[in-house]
Amino acid sequence: MEKITQFFRSLMLLELLKGMALTGRYFFARKITVQFPEEKTPQGFRFRGLHAQRRYANGEERCIGCKLCEAVCPALAINIEVAERADGTRRTTRYDIDLVKCIFCGFCEESCPVDAIVETRILEYHGENRGDLYYTKDMLLAVGDKYEEQIARDRAADAKYR
Amino acid sequence: MELLHYLQSFEQYMQDLLGPVWMPLWTLVKIVVIVVPLMLSVAYLTLAERWVIAWMQVRIGPNRVGPYGLLQPIADGVKLMFKEIIVPSGANKFLFVAAPLLALMPALAAWAVVPFGDGMEVANVNAGLLYILAMTSLGVYGVIIAGWASNSKYAFLGALRSAAQIVSYEIAMGFALVCVLMAAQSMNLGDIVRGQQAGFTLFGLKFSGLFGWYFIPLFPMFLVYFIAGVAETNRAPFDVTEGESEIVAGFHVEYSGMAFALFFLAEYANMILIAALTAIMFLGGWLNPFHGWPVLGAVTDLIPGLFWLLGKMSAMLFMFLWFRATFPRYRYDQLMRLGWKVFIPLTLIWVAVVGAWMQTPFWLW
Repeated sequence: MEKITQFFRSLMLLELLKGMALTGRYFFARKITVQFPEEKTPQGFRFRGLHAQRRYANGEERCIGCKLCEAVCPALAINIEVAERADGTRRTTRYDIDLVKCIFCGFCEESCPVDAIVETRILEYHGENRGDLYYTKDMLLAVGDKYEEQIARDRAADAKYR
Repeated sequence: MELLHYLQSFEQYMQDLLGPVWMPLWTLVKIVVIVVPLMLSVAYLTLAERWVIAWMQVRIGPNRVGPYGLLQPIADGVKLMFKEIIVPSGANKFLFVAAPLLALMPALAAWAVVPFGDGMEVANVNAGLLYILAMTSLGVYGVIIAGWASNSKYAFLGALRSAAQIVSYEIAMGFALVCVLMAAQSMNLGDIVRGQQAGFTLFGLKFSGLFGWYFIPLFPMFLVYFIAGVAETNRAPFDVTEGESEIVAGFHVEYSGMAFALFFLAEYANMILIAALTAIMFLGGWLNPFHGWPVLGAVTDLIPGLFWLLGKMSAMLFMFLWFRATFPRYRYDQLMRLGWKVFIPLTLIWVAVVGAWMQTPFWLW
């Protein structure tokens, strides 16, 4: 008996009509598409994008070449060489991040004792040649100089949660 | 009607002027008048499909090329035209190239007997319904040949599925049309539409206009015909021949560029054809749905029949897109079960019911 009622019920296409009613409702629903270049989704201050090297207010670079970031980097994307500078301080002679290898985990930023290496909110960057995404110390410092204001604001916003 | 009258006198005049050259020339003009808008509507149907599916998925859909994305089909067409056609090694080259043409040709040829208005058809064939059935069945050869000629296992599987599917749904489709034929007492598509014009009287109630069309007394056949039509055109949820999650792209997996575009055109042209046929067989073709109603009937009678037909076709095409956005693909055995164990018995029973009905005094026409 149940089989027979089931048969006639399926002949009435009730389930199919229910499904169509659902898609029919969504047809008129508000669309959620974000049209990327014109519209952007909100970003948090902890956003992990392109890396930057910061400086102190007096222009001195923060990095002291402790190599903690290099050690912690799970993708082995960071390469550091260190030497003593003329004034006797320990400074990097080479600080490269291969952004092709980088997985943007943020460990370098976490491990840095002097907040030298940070990840910014920048996500729209690209390379047109092989090697364009191999960022050297100068490039990282340039990014830091350009966006220092934003970087400092994001660190300040995050400070109370640490 | 007046326009048709002028057209006839124009034809007579040209006939006298050009003699035997006129007939083929005039037919050619008619073909162009049908095929060019058809191709344009195919192009824009692809855009409409992407919009409708996007809206149902709460997305926006293409809106980048031209205003509101209206030039998208043209961009797609240009892209496909400039792409390389790759013929796989081991493919039968002649059949590989011939298959897309074989798929598209019947989809276009079937339009010869479709009446766009009273007397507005390329060929007024008395066996129009048979011609339509023959032409829509021919389309599957393009698919089968494409699958075989590609020398690829996925394409071959797709072709086999398609062959089995079309054979099973063709029967149900044919029987559904037999009911229409019994009601209309004619195989001429124009006569089938005219048979729906008068409406019918049942138990003293007058059914006219929209309610006088065949889809009301033959409602189960209307459903079966349209669903079988969706299966015939290999559209979701019956797109097992393409089945991109199972057999990559099915029969057209090896096709690229313009050859692929021809398959695409054929699929959409077939959709439009099935929509037009459903409109003609069950929804009164070019007839005004409000004909014979007080006030509304008189006003809407002024609208040319062509617009009513196009409106009905658009509604049916929207159903195609709606199905695609809603239903997941049938599993292959479910597809066969639906065809053989539901549709064919159902249509057979309904043919018998209509046959018996015709012998009673309650027969409507």
